[in-house]
Amino acid sequence: MPEIASQELRVVGFLCNWCSYGGADTAGVSRFKQPTDLRIIRVPCSGRVDPLFVVKALLNGADGVLVSGCHPRDCHYSDGNFYARRRLEMLKKLLPFLGIEEKRFHYTWVSASEGARWQQTVTDFTKRIHELGPLHAKKEVTP
Amino acid sequence: MRVGVFICHCGSNIAGTIDVAKVAEETKKLPGVVYSTTYMYTCSEPGQEEIQKAIKTENLDRVVVAACSPRMHELTFRRTVAKAGLNRYFFEQANIREHISWIGTDKELNTNKAIEAVRMAVEKVKLNKPLFSSSFKINKRVLVIGGGVAGMQAALDCADGGLEVLLVEKSPSVGGMMSRLDKTFPTIDCSICILGPKMVDVAQHEKIKLYAYSEIDEIKGYVGNYQVKIRKKATYVDWNKCTGCGACMEKCPSKNSYDHFNFGIAPTRAINIPFPQAIPKKAKIDPEYCRQFTKGKCGVCAKICPTKAIDYEMQDEIVTEDVGAIIVATGYSLIDMEKLPEYGGGRYPDVISGIQYERLLNASGPTSGHIVRPSDNAEPKTVVFVACAGSRDKSIGIPYCSNFCCMYIAKQAILTKDHIPDSQSYVFYMDIRSPGKGYDEFTRRAQEEYGVKYIRGRVSRIYPKGNKMVVRGADTLLGTQVEVEADLVVLGTAVISNADAGHMAEKLHISYDTFGFYVEGHPKLRPVETNTSGVFLAGACQGPKDIPASVGQGSAAASKVQALFSKDMLESDPAVAKVNINACVGCLKCVGTCPFQAIKEKELRDGRIVADVIETVCAGCGVCTSTCPCGAIQLQHFTDNQILAEVNAICLK
Repeated sequence: MPEIASQELRVVGFLCNWCSYGGADTAGVSRFKQPTDLRIIRVPCSGRVDPLFVVKALLNGADGVLVSGCHPRDCHYSDGNFYARRRLEMLKKLLPFLGIEEKRFHYTWVSASEGARWQQTVTDFTKRIHELGPLHAKKEVTP
Repeated sequence: MRVGVFICHCGSNIAGTIDVAKVAEETKKLPGVVYSTTYMYTCSEPGQEEIQKAIKTENLDRVVVAACSPRMHELTFRRTVAKAGLNRYFFEQANIREHISWIGTDKELNTNKAIEAVRMAVEKVKLNKPLFSSSFKINKRVLVIGGGVAGMQAALDCADGGLEVLLVEKSPSVGGMMSRLDKTFPTIDCSICILGPKMVDVAQHEKIKLYAYSEIDEIKGYVGNYQVKIRKKATYVDWNKCTGCGACMEKCPSKNSYDHFNFGIAPTRAINIPFPQAIPKKAKIDPEYCRQFTKGKCGVCAKICPTKAIDYEMQDEIVTEDVGAIIVATGYSLIDMEKLPEYGGGRYPDVISGIQYERLLNASGPTSGHIVRPSDNAEPKTVVFVACAGSRDKSIGIPYCSNFCCMYIAKQAILTKDHIPDSQSYVFYMDIRSPGKGYDEFTRRAQEEYGVKYIRGRVSRIYPKGNKMVVRGADTLLGTQVEVEADLVVLGTAVISNADAGHMAEKLHISYDTFGFYVEGHPKLRPVETNTSGVFLAGACQGPKDIPASVGQGSAAASKVQALFSKDMLESDPAVAKVNINACVGCLKCVGTCPFQAIKEKELRDGRIVADVIETVCAGCGVCTSTCPCGAIQLQHFTDNQILAEVNAICLK
């Protein structure tokens, strides 16, 4: 299995290219240590994140999904993050209907200069997912 | 499908905490991957040649490089594969340095994470499509926002290079902070004497159109084609008629207007010309102080004006201009002394800020260059300077150094001695920061030649005693408390970003940091670019900096614009939205959500309505793609299938 059993859970992050992906880069350049669970997918804008991506990730095996974009009013594309905020806020309400705890999904804003904030975001969210435990019971499949 | 994967060691940056050989070995097992190798520095010339060679020998049609952030080298490697004959979009970069090797310490976990990062990139690149740029015409006019020394330098350099320049300055005159200074360090050259000619050049240059007392209302468009709405604020004086004679200012009965130019060290008239060398030298009315506006009657200036230029009915005027590039040189502000209550600035008249003291020193200032205490107009004999008044103070949210206070305080202490030979100056400082050319020699001169007493320590409190101000602080070198009875206290107040810096950044779609300073493209290698193409930075809007650094950036930004405008056509980014007309149901939801009005409705020959993307206007955000209910509009290079391929690469078991 991809994650190293018992140590890592599956956390997927959708990061906008201009702010949060840059913020994660800044955190890296500053050597801000973070948990290793997160896998980052780069998208141009948080407004590109279709709620379907989040649902697919959670249904297909992720234990937690994080979306991060530019701060409101600071979107590289003017107002992509406003669309993101509306959609993702709605998604939060929907997840329980799929039997997924709302807390497994989080969206936030981190700018390209906020390396420390990114470190905090990843650390907090990973901790939260570890507290919730795995979303999918690991079944031993015998051939 | 023949994917080649190149794993970079980046010296020990990546290989130190990731087993790159194992990543290469595991990668070989992925379906579609036919070649996988590691290289010490993939971005180096031999590293890039390695990729090109492998494309030929292994007949690769897709390339993945696992290295640093794509924000760093995606363009480099796209060029590399393009040179070997592949479409440059048949490339993906996995970020295993910033996002993995630099943030995790466990080599096993890091290696595993890197393998997955590569797998995501491989799954995505397999779905990549060849994309081709189209080219579009650019408008070779440049907008410079801010008429301080950085903005003027940028404007002059652009104009001298033959470009048409619009210079927008929010105050009534160009010149900025530098025009307020008396002398400049470390040469003690007269500030306005060296700046004045530049200001005149700006006003007289045939290629420069100056919008003084104007602000940016709105910016639309993209590199090469911006539409800018400029608000010409009402001055209540017809500048076409005003000759700058100053008769109105002399006769104006409202004598207690706040003087923005002199930072309130002395009042001005409600109708005023900011300073004698102002460019343009025109009068304007401050309506909040003018009796005609506050009381409804006065009209003295209208009567006295020899050219009948006064117009109390004047309204703001909005002008729309088209430009191709923007240089942002909006400068900085200074912290309000009242935010530092322990120093008593704003409460005690004899505690003033450095820039106010600069106006007292200046021959064109309110005291004609005589140093006097604001409280009783007496000549001060003991002057105390407090460096880092607000700077390097986490408790008020300013952890950074304001860059030039150490230097101007040394200069002001020297000038004090020149003005009042029997005076004694003291400087309370944390560290003396004087790293520029001739700077350290200058601060030493202040101490050795001018007898300025430097006390290393912070001031805890300033309070009045009789007609003196007692400055109490620590001397950390002697380990004692010190008290100096001063006639005048000058605070080296912290540099902060402008109050509207955030709003300006939002209009420009550029990033700003926690302190409101604009974020450059790269802290080392792209100091005047922003991440928004076509927008450049100059001067202190990017962070506190002194005059030579600001001038340098002004010229640098101008040269970047010249380089951008050296072509007649620009290549568009082909990663734009594309409509599949067979799937589009013509609901046109995308038209409403597009932040750039890049989608229009189109009627097909059979009368069916579909969405249509204007390629050069589309900025590639993908909001439309997530809006479309039937997946008919897809952002190229970030299609639903491509992103889901990445999701599945890490989630599906």
